Amino acid sequence: MAKPQLKQVSEYCWQIEPFGRMRVPGVIFADNILINDMDEKTLTQVCNVAALPGIVKASFAMPDAHMGYGFPIGGVAAFDPENGGVISGGGIGFDIACGVRTFHTGLSEEEIISVKEKLAESLFRDIPAGVGSTGNITLNTVQLDNMLAGGAAWAVEKGFGTKEDLDFIEEGGCAKGANPSKVSAQAKKRQQEQMGTLGSGNHYLEVQKVIDIYDTQIAEGFGLKKGDCLVSVHCGSRGLGHQIGTDYLKQMASQAASYGIDLPDRELASVPVNSPLGQDYLGAMRSGINCALANRQILTELVRRVFAKIFSTAQLNMLYDVSHNTAKMEEHKVDGKTKQLLIHRKGATRSFGPGSADLPPRYKSFGQPVLIGGSMGTSSYILAGTSESEALAFSSACHGAGRSMSRTAATKKWQGSQIVKELAERRIIIKSRSMRGLAEEAPDAYKNVSAVVEATANAGLAKKVAKLLPMICVKG
Amino acid sequence: MWEHFAHQADIGIRATAASLSSAFADAAVALTAIVTEPKKVEPLECVKIECDAEDEELLFVNWLNSIIYEMAVGKMLFSKFGVKIDPAPSDNSNLNIRRCGVENLKLFATIWGEKIDQTKHSPAVEPKAVTYNQLSVKEENGKWTVQCVIDV
Repeated sequence: MAKPQLKQVSEYCWQIEPFGRMRVPGVIFADNILINDMDEKTLTQVCNVAALPGIVKASFAMPDAHMGYGFPIGGVAAFDPENGGVISGGGIGFDIACGVRTFHTGLSEEEIISVKEKLAESLFRDIPAGVGSTGNITLNTVQLDNMLAGGAAWAVEKGFGTKEDLDFIEEGGCAKGANPSKVSAQAKKRQQEQMGTLGSGNHYLEVQKVIDIYDTQIAEGFGLKKGDCLVSVHCGSRGLGHQIGTDYLKQMASQAASYGIDLPDRELASVPVNSPLGQDYLGAMRSGINCALANRQILTELVRRVFAKIFSTAQLNMLYDVSHNTAKMEEHKVDGKTKQLLIHRKGATRSFGPGSADLPPRYKSFGQPVLIGGSMGTSSYILAGTSESEALAFSSACHGAGRSMSRTAATKKWQGSQIVKELAERRIIIKSRSMRGLAEEAPDAYKNVSAVVEATANAGLAKKVAKLLPMICVKG
Repeated sequence: MWEHFAHQADIGIRATAASLSSAFADAAVALTAIVTEPKKVEPLECVKIECDAEDEELLFVNWLNSIIYEMAVGKMLFSKFGVKIDPAPSDNSNLNIRRCGVENLKLFATIWGEKIDQTKHSPAVEPKAVTYNQLSVKEENGKWTVQCVIDV
């Protein structure tokens, strides 16, 4: 494929006109620096997605976009099932419904600081994290199927959290249409002992403080003010999601050709949404979403128990839970017509604007909270979905900083112990079982999250509400 | 002989050896090295693996995915790999026969390792899955080189 040519259409938006097999343009949201840093492989992936059947309007990339497999990470694409639209496992990724959940603590910075080391130790001890860790819950086959069908609602029924929590999770904490019978026995076996675990890599649990408020009215609506302390959890569907991804990638790659889909990249393996395999994958992938939601719900309860032991006044109420590796059927307007589209967001966050039916009543007039995780030791942000985001990119925004350097380069450049020391000097306690893991996740191995957030806000994809700084970080 | 190569988000593994089965075995060591230093993993327990595929590249993906599965389910790390590929690709005519779909390639392996110990192994990151990104299996001048990117 020829080199994609970028044309600037506005200060924060670039376009690649369709060429070759592209059916629609590529649209990239970024500022001047971020666009220059995006490598050609990422742009080629944007173009490859634009070549998939049934794609609507454009193949989008968010400001944190970087090279993925098939889809770029930070990629958004809508497919029309009634017009041959496809579903692609690569457009969701192996870590199905990886996402961020943030909750309030009701505690002040001073209260946390007085017991910071003890709190960090307790979280590190009680929240299973890292490679090979297991949860305290082992599920049999029937229980696993119930969890896959019920999501966070299942976890609440089992005593993890409260019904009120569910109002603050996308789709009320349960992806409808999950079909656990389409999840392989291997995928289920991988999950048996992994409920309530954080995982590894870029997954984390952070205690954060609000250091800046950009929009007082929305912040108030979300229950946020400067100095508040929050907890954020970043993790996904664990072994189950990874195995679903593996199982269906293989099947889709071998069946794509039978539907006349000529794959520009094997990792883009896809089949029509309305094909038997497409429907099977939808049922399995939604089960994966529910697994991630149940997992984050269990982790929430584990965090609450840790806080309850240390603070008598802690109130860990939900702010929101949002997944950034998903495909969801959503209603969107295209050329004045309302259509049911399958929106793939691979490393991108949904950002519904004010008035959306999916929002809990408390947030209805403010827009959906968009939770942006920073890299270890850097800021995280809370944004709010905008009304214009729908027309721009099917109500989508960035998901995080996005890597700028490979893990191999990061371990050559930094040492874990040095990172712990540097963060300690900035009063951030970091807990990890692996020094090499820390080096791989070095803050400077990521793009500047603030620049990503600025570009997202300036492009109109979401509105800046609050900036958070970590106080304690437990690495997966 | 194996090495890691850079991918923006994840880690690439590459191995070169005199035979396809040795290259597969070396690549498996590279997979373990994503998690920990392979020399820290003692070959105390063994697991048998069997898989098949229509070509060498897909067989390579299935092989690594089988190891990832055993790592996850058994909470194990592996350091010693005995691999047999049937039929052994000794010459090109053999390859051509398989590519005509006459028969699937089969892999039989015994892999040795031990349970993950977070203190002993300090595991850095967990391999989630094998991707088709930069996937290749090549033979040149009697040397086999296999590679792909692992999602971590």
